[in-house]
Amino acid sequence: MNYVLRRLLMFPLVMLGVSVFVFVAIRLVPGDAITAMLGTESGLLTPAQRESLAAYFGLDQNWVVQYGRWLIGLLQGDLGLSVTYGQPVSQIIMERFPLTLELALLSMLIALLIGLPAGVFAATRVERPSDLVVRIFAMIGQSTPNFVLALLAIYVLSVGFGTLPTMGRFVPLTEDPLGNLAQLILPALALGTAFAAAVTRISRAAMLDILGEDYVRTARSKGFSQSYVIWRHALPNALIPVVTLSGVEFGYLLGGAVIVEQIFALPGLGRVVLDAILQRDYALVQGVVLFIAFNFLVVNLIVDLAYAALDPRIRYGES
Amino acid sequence: MTLLSVEDLRVGFGKSGHETEVVHGVSFEVAAGETLAIVGESGSGKSVTAMAVNRLVDFGGGRILGGRAVFDERIDVATATEAEMQRLRGREIGMIFQEPMTSLNPVLKVGAQIDEIFRKQHGLSGRAVRQASIRALDRVRIPDAARRLDQAPHQMSGGMLQRVMIAMALAGEPRLLIADEPTTALDVTIQAQIMALLAELQRETGAGLIFITHDIGLVAGLADRVLVMQGGRAVESGPIDRVLDHPSHDYTRHLLDAVPHFRAGQAVRRDGTRDGRTSALSVRDLSVRFPVGGGFLRRTRGVVHAVDGVSFDLVPGETLGIVGESGSGKSTTARAILDLVRPSAGQIDTEGRSAVQMVFQNPNASLNPRMTVRALLAEPVIAAGQRVDDTVLDRMHTLLARVELPADLDRFPHEFSGGQRQRLCIARALMLNPRVLVLDEAVSALDVSVQARVLELLIDLQREFGLAYLFVSHDMAVVERIAHRVAVLYAGRIVEMGAAQEVLSDPRHPYTQKLIAAIPSIDRRRIDYAIDTEDVASLLRPVGFTAPPQTWRQIGPDHHIATEETS
Repeated sequence: MNYVLRRLLMFPLVMLGVSVFVFVAIRLVPGDAITAMLGTESGLLTPAQRESLAAYFGLDQNWVVQYGRWLIGLLQGDLGLSVTYGQPVSQIIMERFPLTLELALLSMLIALLIGLPAGVFAATRVERPSDLVVRIFAMIGQSTPNFVLALLAIYVLSVGFGTLPTMGRFVPLTEDPLGNLAQLILPALALGTAFAAAVTRISRAAMLDILGEDYVRTARSKGFSQSYVIWRHALPNALIPVVTLSGVEFGYLLGGAVIVEQIFALPGLGRVVLDAILQRDYALVQGVVLFIAFNFLVVNLIVDLAYAALDPRIRYGES
Repeated sequence: MTLLSVEDLRVGFGKSGHETEVVHGVSFEVAAGETLAIVGESGSGKSVTAMAVNRLVDFGGGRILGGRAVFDERIDVATATEAEMQRLRGREIGMIFQEPMTSLNPVLKVGAQIDEIFRKQHGLSGRAVRQASIRALDRVRIPDAARRLDQAPHQMSGGMLQRVMIAMALAGEPRLLIADEPTTALDVTIQAQIMALLAELQRETGAGLIFITHDIGLVAGLADRVLVMQGGRAVESGPIDRVLDHPSHDYTRHLLDAVPHFRAGQAVRRDGTRDGRTSALSVRDLSVRFPVGGGFLRRTRGVVHAVDGVSFDLVPGETLGIVGESGSGKSTTARAILDLVRPSAGQIDTEGRSAVQMVFQNPNASLNPRMTVRALLAEPVIAAGQRVDDTVLDRMHTLLARVELPADLDRFPHEFSGGQRQRLCIARALMLNPRVLVLDEAVSALDVSVQARVLELLIDLQREFGLAYLFVSHDMAVVERIAHRVAVLYAGRIVEMGAAQEVLSDPRHPYTQKLIAAIPSIDRRRIDYAIDTEDVASLLRPVGFTAPPQTWRQIGPDHHIATEETS
């Protein structure tokens, strides 16, 4: 527990670093928010109007003052106001995040449900035809871009079955769980396939290593069956690299999946970030990036706790 | 009654139809209550033979190619199905492996790994499982068994883990126990404990025991019969006394000659003198400490006193043997002298960095596999900031010839045998013409016959170049053959030091006595090992702790013991 507390204490430090970085980075991009917001009409503004708009969004101050204000707001839980949406940034995030989280969780679930058994299966039949088949599928899965899979899924569903459950207004989980799942299952598959392929490959490699370990031989010498040896003795050891990979992939997914969201017309975080960058919506970019960084820290902490749960050497320290 | 009858057993590895045969027709029998020792050097096929008996060899890419291995006069292991083998493994044939540290599952608690045997093999459930596991640990004399069951393997010492391993093998109540080099990875005093335990448990259970070892000296105390293997064949077998006292095969005689027998100071070197020589290496009050815990926002929990106030001198042409068990600080001392770890206190006087060179234990790991002999030998020269010119190339050729290696500079390490690689390491260490060589378990990884030849080479080189050796080893018999003086390290401190002949023939410190008593010997047959469950003293001290200074008592002209107990 002490360990978790120490890790949590590091959060603000990392967040501070990220906040400075994203604050400066977005301002180094040429262009400004007001021009981006009004488009060609911005040419009609008088300098006075432009200045008063800038003052309204707090863009008239120098960077240090702007950063200071933003930071003070941040400490009060205020991420600022989005220029494009005219809404508080925190409200936009809270509206979009549940979908992104759900999509990420579904993708990971799919990846683990397919990838782990496939990897273990291939490892126990190494160099035999079934291993080769699994490896070929994993290779294809990992090298196919997810938008290709997404388009393919839509095509098969619409042409083959004549339905299109994915389009139309997004139904939140709380409103209609089944309808929501029907909407998300295809995007989750599109995102989860490459993820599953990666899990397959890494769990196969890890299992292959572990199956050659002395303690697996010991388990066999006790007279246990192949399946018991694999699931009880080998797999828990092979899970550590799988957890590492899953943590990283899951962290990325929490930042939103721009292309898949776009194809399936889902209001997730990915499209918000893209729009915000195009619109020079400083407050929104900063808020979302900070939020994504925070999620990464949380996911990393969970991954480390999972290591400790899986491996007593990490739990008690090597001594 | 014959428990296991092996006839003309042949084992091979590789793809079906293209196997490379490594065991070429071995035959032996084991009766209940009997101990058969299989002795051989690496590559003799002894372990493969053992793994074939319970068909674990199947999982390492191997296969029984021919012959029979009939267990209990009813089932032929060579043709049994995997399902039949699973009924045999654990319940009828138990196995103990060489490396206790890697043979237990690191992510499962020790208790879970014993519980599963009672649950799956004996059908126990609920509280009965835990009680059976506690009894299993009690049986192998593990104190405080209930608490130990809740520990993870990495929280236990090697000796303790090997006892857990034995408890696991016995939990299935097998009638045949196979022990594959069960003590090779352990210290000599722990080895004696494990041997004692095995002997006693075998008497208790009446099981047959196949004991596999490279150490023919270890066999004498335990075995009824011996099978000597070489190159996949059984070259000699028979009752222990006949094979040890009247070996009929040349290889057996060779093995018996090559094994360094400890002779209580009788075999020490008589050459060399310290008189009038100035020291090539002088170590004063050397201490090495490692903080434990610590780190970001963390308090240091304690300090490991790995080496605590060690002093000695080494003169040219002399070998100082540093003996001790794992954790005694002998390797740390060696590393501190080479500046590989930072001493916390003390003084080390040498004649510059290149005057001291080191040879490590494992020649496979200490030669970069991607470098040629030329590049390997050039490295110390380059590291010392010198140019690789014709003089250096000449020296390479001279040294290669001197260590009896072919003069081909373009070869890679994998083209050499283990003994040759260690010779290459020695040549590399000599490139800078050092005055002191630190040899850290330099012959421990080698087969006995190779070991003997490398030792001879080292002694010759010492005489020729006037080298001083700091010879770090756990093996008293080897130290006896090369050392002029001996320092015994225990828990980071020297407890006894002096002329090798005096220390080894008349050890005075209780720890030295214990160490010497634990050395196996072919002269000690069927001995009653006394079971001693004492564990090694902890080196962890509170922050700010200073050990009381050592006081010394003189025993002879060059023989001192520490009188302060260092526990």
